[in-house]
Amino acid sequence: MDQQARRSLLSWVNSGAPWIWLTAGTISFSLILVFGLLGLITLRGMGHFWPHPLVQFDLTDSAGTTQILGELVEEETVAAARIRALGIAVAPDVELVERALYKVGNRDLTGSDFRWVLAAQIQILQSPPDAFVAEREEWGNFYGYAVGITEGGQQLELNTALWTEIENRLERRNALVEEVAAIEKRGMNDINHALERLRLEERAAHLEEVPETAPLYTEIAAQRAALGEQYTALTGRLEELRSALARDRLIARTADGTEHQIALENIRRIYRPNAMSLTAKIALYFYKLAEFVLDEPREANTEGGVFPAIFGTVLMVLLMSVFVTPFGVIAAVYLREYANQGPLTRLIRIAVNNLAGVPSVVYGVFGLGFFVYFVGGSIDRAFYAESLPAPTFGTPGLMWSSLTLALLTVPVVIVATEEGLARIPRSIREGSLALGATKAETLWRTVLPMATPAMMTGLILAVARAAGEVAPLMMVGVVKLAPTLPMDSYFPFLHLDRKFMHLGFHIYDVGFQSPNVEAARPLVYATSLLLVLIIVSLNLAAIALRNRLREKYNAADT
Amino acid sequence: MQPTPDNSESPAPDASTPLPVSRRLVGLTRPEAAPAPAPASCLSVQNLDLFYGETRALKDIRMEIPAKQVTAFIGPSGCGKSTLLRCFNRMNDLIDGVRITGGVLLDGQDIYAPSVNVANLRRRVGMVFQKPNPFPKSIYENVAYGLRIQGVRSRRTLDKTVERSLRAAALWDEVKDRLHDSALGLSGGQQQRLVIARAVAVEPEVLLLDEPASALDPISTLKIEELIYELKSDYTIVIVTHNMQQAARVSDHTAFMYLGELIEFDATKTLFTRPRLKKTEDYITGRYG
Repeated sequence: MDQQARRSLLSWVNSGAPWIWLTAGTISFSLILVFGLLGLITLRGMGHFWPHPLVQFDLTDSAGTTQILGELVEEETVAAARIRALGIAVAPDVELVERALYKVGNRDLTGSDFRWVLAAQIQILQSPPDAFVAEREEWGNFYGYAVGITEGGQQLELNTALWTEIENRLERRNALVEEVAAIEKRGMNDINHALERLRLEERAAHLEEVPETAPLYTEIAAQRAALGEQYTALTGRLEELRSALARDRLIARTADGTEHQIALENIRRIYRPNAMSLTAKIALYFYKLAEFVLDEPREANTEGGVFPAIFGTVLMVLLMSVFVTPFGVIAAVYLREYANQGPLTRLIRIAVNNLAGVPSVVYGVFGLGFFVYFVGGSIDRAFYAESLPAPTFGTPGLMWSSLTLALLTVPVVIVATEEGLARIPRSIREGSLALGATKAETLWRTVLPMATPAMMTGLILAVARAAGEVAPLMMVGVVKLAPTLPMDSYFPFLHLDRKFMHLGFHIYDVGFQSPNVEAARPLVYATSLLLVLIIVSLNLAAIALRNRLREKYNAADT
Repeated sequence: MQPTPDNSESPAPDASTPLPVSRRLVGLTRPEAAPAPAPASCLSVQNLDLFYGETRALKDIRMEIPAKQVTAFIGPSGCGKSTLLRCFNRMNDLIDGVRITGGVLLDGQDIYAPSVNVANLRRRVGMVFQKPNPFPKSIYENVAYGLRIQGVRSRRTLDKTVERSLRAAALWDEVKDRLHDSALGLSGGQQQRLVIARAVAVEPEVLLLDEPASALDPISTLKIEELIYELKSDYTIVIVTHNMQQAARVSDHTAFMYLGELIEFDATKTLFTRPRLKKTEDYITGRYG
């Protein structure tokens, strides 16, 4: 019997079935991990934008009873010992305690946005329909009940419903804020930009030792005076708008019954989640999602959107592709087509392959030392002498980041292109040569076009690697908060010298460097999801392009 | 001329001492081949030796290939007939470690002279390979390739040449409605005729065909053979073939090669009906090969 069992086991092993199980199991495990990861960041990240219901309850603890209004963030069961260690009394026979995290907002009043609550301490849980959430420019969310409105310090006697009035006045506020933004962003920026240009012009004239009596200086002075006048006019208009904005204030009562005034100017959005219909909630959800993708960050990156980071990431990757593709392809053409295939070429090939394994942070150090300080510094001395000592290219920026990442990914492109060139059948090359084409003509007209799918493969791998890199970028151009995008309406439109924001670094910054980690956590997930989506879409675009090329040159596969 | 120590006896069929035999044979056959009723010779091979590294792959080849006629090279696999063919447009230059001594004259000029522009030479000596090798481009662009290399831009010239070449290769009627479709969609036989059209488009003087029908079915082979017959009024054609019937059908002159040597070279009719040497007779009657 035992003998028979062993024999059947042996025959099962010999049949190859365990091998299939092992390989299939490995794949399934990888798939579970990948989808688990995606599922987690999707759930955590995307849930953040949903208008969660507000609850109010009485909290009884050793200090007495307090009223709390907020939204539930998460619930968990923890060991009682841990709670006791925090100095909170728990009955001695209890081993596990349930507790919940509530977002209670009102950071200006209580000092913290979040509050852990033991389930046992909660009494009289209710969801009041008139409770509101106000998203503010400063101090995070406010949770409370609306009481009234003041205009110029006087509380209004309202004829209409309070909420209609609030909404009307918020609309007025939004219109005013937009006008202020327009003046600050466009009008004043234009003037500042023009003034800076005049300053540099003047300094360049001094450096070139143009005599003080030259008409150039009076011209500059006149232009400066005109710009100054425009600036004063705009400042006046801004003052008017600001005082108009400060007119209205909202009187709100917090959960514990005290009344506070919030400047309406400070409120971005106000809504009552408990009274909202499902469609209204869905509309708000997508509105907030769009805001996240399209807006600039606020409040030390813990609120607002990530648009500059998306823009920076994509632009940097595109620039890197522009640098790395020709460089890698040309290097590969030499190695494969022209170089003598001797020991030296083999050595170079091995070196190139190993270059792909160098830790990326090493490239960052190299980029800082070589590109930023040496190349950038030299460019500044040669072409931007008038702005020194403020560096133009001699400081981390978009250009150096793209070049550093291009250097990091060039081995991948070289290897892929070389493989592509090696796969072009000899008969095709001979066919071209036999027609009287030179080697260069053959390469240019036949071999290189047929190798484009392989080049695209190299580029896809390069993009996948570069888009996720953070460590080297921290040294050569990425910042926590860039005041301007690297692309705008001022000549030369694409500012390669500017610092930029990057989604990968943004995740690190929001997750680990933020003053309000708890509030920022959902944003970490949402940003991660966004980064994954962007890399996937960049890759899909490249793959689609490659497949089209492959179809065109399908002989390369036969 | 080499001294001929012994020519009274046929060489032994096993050819255990090929070198002296060949020297004697070349000495014998040359005066026979040259006075054939041929016009002036187009390609003249003079004492050609070719080495792959240390291996001597072609041994002292001497022959005169007549203009505007079809010359066939036959012989067993590895006898050097393709290598010899590739000497005529210097395709062997592409292979590392190949060394050539002696010379090949094209219209009296040595094609291995240092002053020769190889690309120009290959324009004058076109070549068609064993396996059809169309470029992954349209039919039109395949035929126009050589002209575009030469810098021809005029649409009218290109159109005219493409049509003329495709007609010359007997392919025009089959593809005239889909000139801009991919050449890779054609059948093997059509692809081979396309490649011939491509070679003809640059108007070479000599056309080298390296087993052009060995990868094709009998019908396509027949078409290629008819095509060769048509083309020989305009081009000097050298064809390498495995197939002795094919050589007998299409060629005016046939050269039999064995182990890197030119054994016998004569008018096709003579070589197939009254071979001078036993070795040739053994080969064409199928005793080895």
